[in-house]
Amino acid sequence: MARKTMIEAIRDAMDVAMGLDERVVVFGEDVGFFGGVFRCTQGLQAKYGKSRCFDAPINESGIVGAAIGMAAYGMKPCVEIQFADYMFPAYDQLTQEASRIRYRSNGDFTCPIVVRMPTGGGIFGGQTHSQSPEALFTHVSGLKTVVPSNPSDAKGLLIAAIEDPDPVMFLEPKRLYNGPFDGHHDKPVTPWSKHELGEVADGHYTVPLGKAVIRRPGNAVTVLAYGTMVYVAQAAAEETGIDAEIIDLRTLLPLDLDTIVESVKKTGRCVVVHEATLTSGFGAELMSLVQENCFYHLEAPVMRVAGWDTPYPHAQEWDYFPGPARVGRALIATMEA
Amino acid sequence: MAEAGKLRFHVPEPEVRPGGTPDFSNVPIPKAGSVPKPPIDVDPREIRDLAFSIIRVLDRAGEAVGPWAGMLSDEELLEGLRHMMTLRAFDARMQMAQRQGKTSFYMQHLGEEAVSCAFRKALDKGDMNFPTYRQAGLLIADDYPMVTMMNQIYSNEADPLKGRQLPIMYSSKEHGFFSISGNLATQYVQAVGWAMASAISGDTRISAAWIGDGSTAESDFHSALVFASTYKAPVILNIVNNQWAISTFQGIARGGAGTFAARGLGFGIPALRVDGNDYLAVHAVAKWAAERARANLGPTLIEYVTYRAGAHSTSDDPSAYRPKAESEAWPLGDPVVRLKNHLIHRGVWSDERHTQAETEILETVIAAQKEAESHGTLHAGGKPSIRDMFEGLYAETPPHLRRQRQQAGI
Repeated sequence: MARKTMIEAIRDAMDVAMGLDERVVVFGEDVGFFGGVFRCTQGLQAKYGKSRCFDAPINESGIVGAAIGMAAYGMKPCVEIQFADYMFPAYDQLTQEASRIRYRSNGDFTCPIVVRMPTGGGIFGGQTHSQSPEALFTHVSGLKTVVPSNPSDAKGLLIAAIEDPDPVMFLEPKRLYNGPFDGHHDKPVTPWSKHELGEVADGHYTVPLGKAVIRRPGNAVTVLAYGTMVYVAQAAAEETGIDAEIIDLRTLLPLDLDTIVESVKKTGRCVVVHEATLTSGFGAELMSLVQENCFYHLEAPVMRVAGWDTPYPHAQEWDYFPGPARVGRALIATMEA
Repeated sequence: MAEAGKLRFHVPEPEVRPGGTPDFSNVPIPKAGSVPKPPIDVDPREIRDLAFSIIRVLDRAGEAVGPWAGMLSDEELLEGLRHMMTLRAFDARMQMAQRQGKTSFYMQHLGEEAVSCAFRKALDKGDMNFPTYRQAGLLIADDYPMVTMMNQIYSNEADPLKGRQLPIMYSSKEHGFFSISGNLATQYVQAVGWAMASAISGDTRISAAWIGDGSTAESDFHSALVFASTYKAPVILNIVNNQWAISTFQGIARGGAGTFAARGLGFGIPALRVDGNDYLAVHAVAKWAAERARANLGPTLIEYVTYRAGAHSTSDDPSAYRPKAESEAWPLGDPVVRLKNHLIHRGVWSDERHTQAETEILETVIAAQKEAESHGTLHAGGKPSIRDMFEGLYAETPPHLRRQRQQAGI
């Protein structure tokens, strides 16, 4: 056991997976010698050699396309897209290839790949280093989508993703790499060394895909969140004094609907929170499911707090980011409805 | 002079449109046997001219000539002829079956049979092709059961792909044939990835990527060449230039480049052009490329110059965009006729035996068709279950799909 940053935990996960299974290879832009722009792969090339961890050309379609071919051969590639915003050139390979190879070949070929990508804002990355494209993956039949919120989960989920027999999109909230972030950008950063979820077990363990976890038990309202928004929601609950039950979804697809439904039936209220743009976001799916499954238990309309439907701006980052004040207002409105 | 400073927009046009007289006089055809055969470890810079020539073995008299000749025995050539004739007969029957409403769609190989049939024989068992929709010769020449192909085309109860895929989008790992997407160019870089994995694993197997002239314009073609070049992947990068991408002539994808093969030169990849209607030339060049790949010399780009004598698919009518007689005017001839004449020239074949073989092959194809149809066709008889629609997307069907399956009453 040791306290680790999310970067160290993710690196640890790849280290463990590469050590246990020589079919696991890691590559991407700046990933090899340098160890990645966020340093998630630091030391892996030195430890496992250039044929297991290497630099790729700046060509996301090529990175994912090559990974698909490697998986068809029998390998288990875990590739990095430098920013989630850069995945769009690979979208064809992800949506029409990786996701469907098992289905269209009736299991003759499979595609056990993991595509890691730093996601979300909060680092003044502007419109091309801040986006949260998770709904573009959950909308695709055949992919799995994971968004960890802390080092302990990140390691267990990433090992589970690498060992999964199907393609997994692994979105790493980059604002959480070095510590939990509750949206109070003007306060000093809390490092993971001061947070219990920074405690990362040694060696091999998995956090199963498709299992949510209740981060804060409560009775008044259920908050559905993932990634950075888990901490924003916690701050909003503390600051408003509302007894919110906060569910960290961890995996968006497959989704742990049972945990959601059980909680909303108990609280009778629900607020859905994400950083991605509002319209057609994953929150819309969550609201539909809550409505379909919990309608007769609801005391108030389900509410959403999300990024505004604009590109992620640079200077106005904190006006865009759905921080604790906005989430708090939604909690109050839900309680008053 | 008033026009001097004004920019002009350029859109390439084919030489001839419907109503015109086909004219291929601008297509330079080198004499058979005239292109040298370099050693496999040649410096790619020394053979740049091979990207602008056409390697040919069979001459007009049906004789195999030059340095690329002499690689195949009588038996191998007779087998090659049988494969091409089988593919042609198979195509004709399946084209007709589509017209009879037994399936929704078909794509034939007419005029291009030599490319995939000869190429398959240059590979070893265990090598992997990443094909497009017009390389069924890879399966025929590997003795993949025709009945299974037809079951897939009919989406019937014995369809190995459970009715999930468009007709002719076969998949057979055992026969080195990667699942066809129907998407364009995506498979090109996947083939490079497969080859990289083989090299990483210290394996001996190689892969082959396939693409048409039109789809070389896709970004994934560029991606594949970058990755193949960077990692010296043991892959053969095939471009089948059949002159037409549906209705679009090859000049729209080729642009200002002299040839498609020339695309490889900027990547330092040896690039060869070959007569795609010459079974011997296709096989010889493919074998050369395979030997390079196996010797850790990296990728080879091959452009097969051929002509799509038929329509793009059963949904296409070429008379709307090219002269009807164009395929007859194609200067590289018919691959089946050319190999037949060569075998007659070698003294191991005759017109009579050819006619007899045609009859026998047709009977075999019809027998396979009858067997396939006993398992159903698209709209009649046995079909895959609705349950098959919901299953096999993930190794383990997730809860939301199980719920949807229940909603569908399955």
